[in-house]
Order: sequence, then structure tokens, then C-alpha cells
Amino acid sequence: MAKNVEHQFDESEKLGLQIVRESEDERLMTLSVGPQHPGSGHFRFIVTVDGDYIVHCDPDPGYVHRGEEKMCEYRNFIQNIPHLERPVIHDSANITYSYSLAVEELVGIEVPRRGQFIRALASELDRQIYTLYWLAIYGIFLGHSTMFMWPTGDRELFIDLMDALTGARVTHAFNIPGGVRNDIPYGFKDKCLRHIAYFEKRLKEYEDIFYNNPLFSQRTEGVGILSKEDAIRLGVTGSVLRASGVPYDIRRAEPYDVYNEIDFKVQYMKSGDSFARAYVPLLDMKESCNIMRQILDKMPDSGEVRAKLQPTPKGPPGEVYRRVESGRGALGYYIVSDGTPKPYRVKISVGSFRNMIALPHLLVGSKLGDMPSVYWSLNYWPVEADR
Amino acid sequence: MGQEPKGKSDSVANIQSPPPKPTTSPPLSKKESESPPFEKEYISKIVSQFGEDKIRVAYIRPLRTKITVDSSYIIEIATFIRDNLGFDHAESVTGTDYPKDNQIEVIYQLGSYSKEDIAAHVLSLATRTNRDDARLPTLTNVFKSAEYHERETFEMLGVYFEGHPRNDRFLLPEDWADLPPLRKDFRIRGR
Repeated sequence: MAKNVEHQFDESEKLGLQIVRESEDERLMTLSVGPQHPGSGHFRFIVTVDGDYIVHCDPDPGYVHRGEEKMCEYRNFIQNIPHLERPVIHDSANITYSYSLAVEELVGIEVPRRGQFIRALASELDRQIYTLYWLAIYGIFLGHSTMFMWPTGDRELFIDLMDALTGARVTHAFNIPGGVRNDIPYGFKDKCLRHIAYFEKRLKEYEDIFYNNPLFSQRTEGVGILSKEDAIRLGVTGSVLRASGVPYDIRRAEPYDVYNEIDFKVQYMKSGDSFARAYVPLLDMKESCNIMRQILDKMPDSGEVRAKLQPTPKGPPGEVYRRVESGRGALGYYIVSDGTPKPYRVKISVGSFRNMIALPHLLVGSKLGDMPSVYWSLNYWPVEADR
Repeated sequence: MGQEPKGKSDSVANIQSPPPKPTTSPPLSKKESESPPFEKEYISKIVSQFGEDKIRVAYIRPLRTKITVDSSYIIEIATFIRDNLGFDHAESVTGTDYPKDNQIEVIYQLGSYSKEDIAAHVLSLATRTNRDDARLPTLTNVFKSAEYHERETFEMLGVYFEGHPRNDRFLLPEDWADLPPLRKDFRIRGR
């Protein structure tokens, strides 16, 4: 190994590992959080506690690993769509979006303009659906059952819209290589605007009952602070990154499809604590309403929504890497093609997997009681991380 | 829905300027030949620092570049890329199995949060290792963000990362005793 490389392990991690090694001391206790824990999802992390303080944390994902990347190698580019949206069914428009972009670049397809707008709209709707679901779970994590009920109910607004648009409540297989599966139905635009207007009112109520609630702020403010430098070094993404003061959003950094025509602000906060990580998604949802209005406004009234594809499209040998901003941050597909209709290798780089590294970083040294508010604020979706 | 009868409204504009032919986007090979200047500049910085014999430029496309290096000096090159070019985190680490060459390629997709002008760029740093004794030096000390990705690559492709804090099971079951599943000789049953 080269000599000039500096070791960048944290002091706290070193400390944690050391204490575990000397664990003859009876003070230390190792707990397994999950996978049966109602809040952890299909995910386990093993924490070692000294009294009330966590001294070591070891994430153990893989309970819902399905081998999506291996499955991709056995199916052609079109057959891959339905199973690729399984890792995150609430945000399936986004997880197929970057796949579509990658396949289009590989095969060389130009998407019709109306199709670009519709799939941007679908991805924004799914971002709302996902974020509301995440917020509902965050509410129940902190014992706030109203905050579980309200977003779960309001999520139906957008699920209804996606249902009208695609014919399915979740896992729509709507964003496909070449555009979208079908055009928008009659009256969809008005319905969409109505729901957005209602939802924006609700967002204010969320702030009143949840974010301005002293119980919530006491459990999250100043808890699990991720500094800007650490956020960059650990390579976290999405709302976790933006909560630490890095205004980075793929929609702005590398605009895809129609996002360079849309005027929006990248929402971010500087405090980097659990509160910021919970509040940035709310700001994102507000901004997303704004984006959806612009998409509906600028969308051409008629035109093709999908480019014609061969039954089994194939590209020249080569590789592509495309990414979009999903509900959990950057979502990238790296596809290697050997010139056949089936991909040679597909790598899904998901936000949840990238944010997982922040969990031991934040938990070591904090109290066990802070664990729920830190864990779920990381916008971590176990199924997506396992793929 | 949403379709209007053709030739209804915009016929005047059509007479003045015939609609442009739908341009099919160029195939990948054509894009590679263009080599955009900004990307070329930072790749040439790496090449001039380490010499052409150490760095093989695989492609330079708009926003995407890939260099292939030998594993014995990947750490120096990665450190140079981090400190001098501003690529500060690894977005993903991908291993690809090439049984025909008897090699495994490991790619680090590097991105930047701190420098705005390269925020859209992804630099792929690739290296290859022998398939029979797959060993690579870890880049965890250069890019901490690569830690879990490398661990995943270890179990999925059987590439041992020397100096990695944990070459250990991660996503697979603890009692997994088969081949690393993303190698090409591991077949899904029934397919």
C-alpha cells in the first residue's frame, strides 16, 4: 500500500471497535435491532451499548436481497422493467426512469417531447408518494400516530393520480425505454392541479402538527449531526446530503429530459441534524408541487408519447452510466452491453445503499433512545438497498 | 387521448421551414470520437502526471470518462484524482466478470459534491485483476464512501480487497457456500 495515503477512519469508530474487542467487561451489551423490529424494516443492525450510549454499530442488510442485478443478465432490456421496479414499489417511476435513460443512450433512441414531460410528471408524483410514506413511518417511529395517519391518507391523492395515469396503484411499469407506456387520460390535468392545490394546504398543517411540535423538535434537533465534510466524505446522497448543507440534486447538477427547462430551487439546510433530514423532504415536496405545475403548464398539448422500439432492442457493445434524483437521492444505472439483446452486466447504484454508511457514523456515541430518529431520518429503504 | 387531427393549426410554419428530420442519436462509438474539451482536460492532467504507459483512456464522452489503470498504482492515482481534480466520493463500485479474458474488472464511479463545475461529471476509474486469484488494494483509505460498495463487490464477485476493514458477508446469507453469484459461471437454476 502506498505510504502517502492518510487514514480517514473516524476516532469514534476506532473507539467503538476497540471497546468491543475488550468486551470481557460486563458493562457492554450487544443488541440486535431488527429484522423483526417493527420499525427497522427488513434490516438489522447490531448495536453494542455501554449503559445508554452506543459504542459500536454494525449494519447487517440482505434480508430482502433478491439478486436483481443477476436477474437482469437473463432477460432482455424490455423484460427487465417489471422486476426492476420491485426494490422500491412506492417510487417505481424513478427506479425505471434512470434505467430507461441508460437503455435509450445505449440503443440510441430519442424520446418524444411530450413523453419526456409525462414521465417527468410520473416521477414527481411517485416522489411524493414515496416521501409521504416515509414521513408517515417517521411519525410512527417517534410515537406520533397522527403523523402516521395524515400522510398515509394524503398519499392516496397521488396514488389516485398514478392510478388514473397508469392503471396501477403501485409498480406501474410506466416509464419505459422510449418514453411512457400511454398518454395521459382525459381530464387528468385538472384533477392533478386540484390535488396539488389541496396537498399544499395540507403541507402547512403537517408543519403545525409535526415539525413545530416541541416533542418532535426535542427528539430531533441537535441529534445525529452529520457535518458537511463528513457528508461529502461518506458519499451520502439525497435529502441526507442536502440537510448537511450541500445543495446537490441530480435534477439540477445533471438535468435529464425536461428538467433544464423547469425553474426550481434545490432545497437544503445547514444544520445536518435529524430535524434537517426530516425537514428537507418536506421542502422537497413543496418544490415538487411547483415542478409539477410547471410540467403541466409547459407540456405540449399533443404528440407522440413513446418512440417506436424494436421488439428486442439492442445497442452496440459498450457501457453507460445514467442517474436520476429519486426520493432517496441519486439513483444510477451502470449497464455493460456486449451487443446482444440482454445486458451483460447491470449495476444499480441506489441512494439507500449509499446512505447506510452514515448509520454507524452517526449512531456511535449517541444514545440508544436517539436511534429511531437517526435511523429513519437517513431516508433508508431496506428493500432498495438490498436489491 | 391528447391527439389532435394532423395539419390543423401549424401548417403555416411548416411551409416556411420544413420540419427537421428526426435525428437519431449517434451510436456510442461516434460519441467517443468527439472527445469534449473539458473532460479531455482533466483526463490529460492525470495522464501527464503518471505517464501514458500507466493510464489507458477507455473513453471520453460528454460528462462521462473512463480510465483503466493497473492495480499496483491505483491508490496513487485515486489519491491524485481526489486531491487535485476534486472528485470527492465514490458513487458506486461495480465488478464485472470477463471469463473469456480470465479477468474481473472493478470500476469506481467517482463524482464530486464540492466542485460545482464537475458536479455533473462521473469519472470511472477501472482496474482489472486475475479471475483465479482476484485481489486488489482497497481504496477505502482514499474514498471512505467506497467501503460498503467494496464489501459488496467482495461477496458478489469474490474480489478480495487487501487492507479493507471487513471482507465479509454483507447481502448474502451467512451460510452462503456457493460461487460468488455475479460471476458468470454461477447460473440461476432453470435458466
